[in-house]
Amino acid sequence: MEYVDLHAHMVSRTTDDYRRMAMTGCVAVTEPAFWAGYDHPSAAVFADYFDRLTDFEPKRAAAVGIEHYTWLCLNPKEGEDRALAREVIDLIPGFLDRPNVLGIGEIGLNRVTRNELATFVDHVELALEHEQLIHIHTPHLEDKYKGTRVIVETLAADGRIDPSRVMVDHAEEHTIEMILEHGFWTGLTLYPTTKVSPGRAIDMVEIYGPERICVASACDWGDSDPLAVPALVLEMRRRGHPETLIRQVVYANPVEFLGQSPKFALARRERETTTG
Amino acid sequence: MASPQGTSPLTQRELIDTYFMDHRVQVLELAAYLDRLDRAAALDGEDDFRLRATREALAVLTDGEKDRTLRAQMIFSDPRTDLLPSLDRKGALGAYDADSAES
Repeated sequence: MEYVDLHAHMVSRTTDDYRRMAMTGCVAVTEPAFWAGYDHPSAAVFADYFDRLTDFEPKRAAAVGIEHYTWLCLNPKEGEDRALAREVIDLIPGFLDRPNVLGIGEIGLNRVTRNELATFVDHVELALEHEQLIHIHTPHLEDKYKGTRVIVETLAADGRIDPSRVMVDHAEEHTIEMILEHGFWTGLTLYPTTKVSPGRAIDMVEIYGPERICVASACDWGDSDPLAVPALVLEMRRRGHPETLIRQVVYANPVEFLGQSPKFALARRERETTTG
Repeated sequence: MASPQGTSPLTQRELIDTYFMDHRVQVLELAAYLDRLDRAAALDGEDDFRLRATREALAVLTDGEKDRTLRAQMIFSDPRTDLLPSLDRKGALGAYDADSAES
């Protein structure tokens, strides 16, 4: 089955992974800018990183027939450094016109500090100023509930935000309801140990319905699985779900959300096919 | 949202037939972990916030009420929404330590 992996840190993965993803039906990935496992020493390093995300990675993906898109930001783990954040945010507009940039992300919170929130708000302003889609990282583990609440309440209080253009990612059982009830899209990341398993992701689809829910591997440099989305497809079949529902979750939903960017070619082609 | 009955397409019997073995081993892994803690070289972690949260969450699993996953998630979570004044550490620990939390 064709699928879109809406959250994959392919800079950390091998060409073999791209090939295996393609062989299991992956037709597009979107790659949010993230934390490399250590702090970047300067804004110049981010410029190099953004260049890789917008030039080298699309070529690597295209070699196996996968469309590669990206989101740019200074990630939440480095959001505490306000001076660095300002420098990096100043860099981003110079990359926004590149053909595979869909928006600003993954912005958000980590430990939910004052500085992290200020950096998050600066990124939201940048997205609004440049009419970009927004992709949001919610904190991990014990910080997820509080971080998601702060993010959702901050955005909900800003009348300029159209929630249909915002993906609040890494939802779990205790945060999905507050995200969906405010009209945002949400993502379930199929990541071992710290996020959700395919089984729990399917539980949430069953309980809340498939509307505005996407899934992704969030594969990166940690223990993670670039084939997590096809693993979910298999598990949904074991759980007795019809192919139409599976396709909605792994393909149609991400295409609908990402298709709000005119750069997302897959949505354009889908529309052309539908209209004949 | 209380988990509505009937949202799983499989019956209880089908779920058990398909998934019993997967979850049997998970129950035994948890039991063995608790036994291992009892056999530890030193019983120096009884007050550890992670162990306390684990025991509290395990009680939720057997209390007969619904929404066990959501309730277990909240046991492990920081329930507050006030912002930290500054970054104290980079990573999360997996459970909220109310005793050492900044006010």
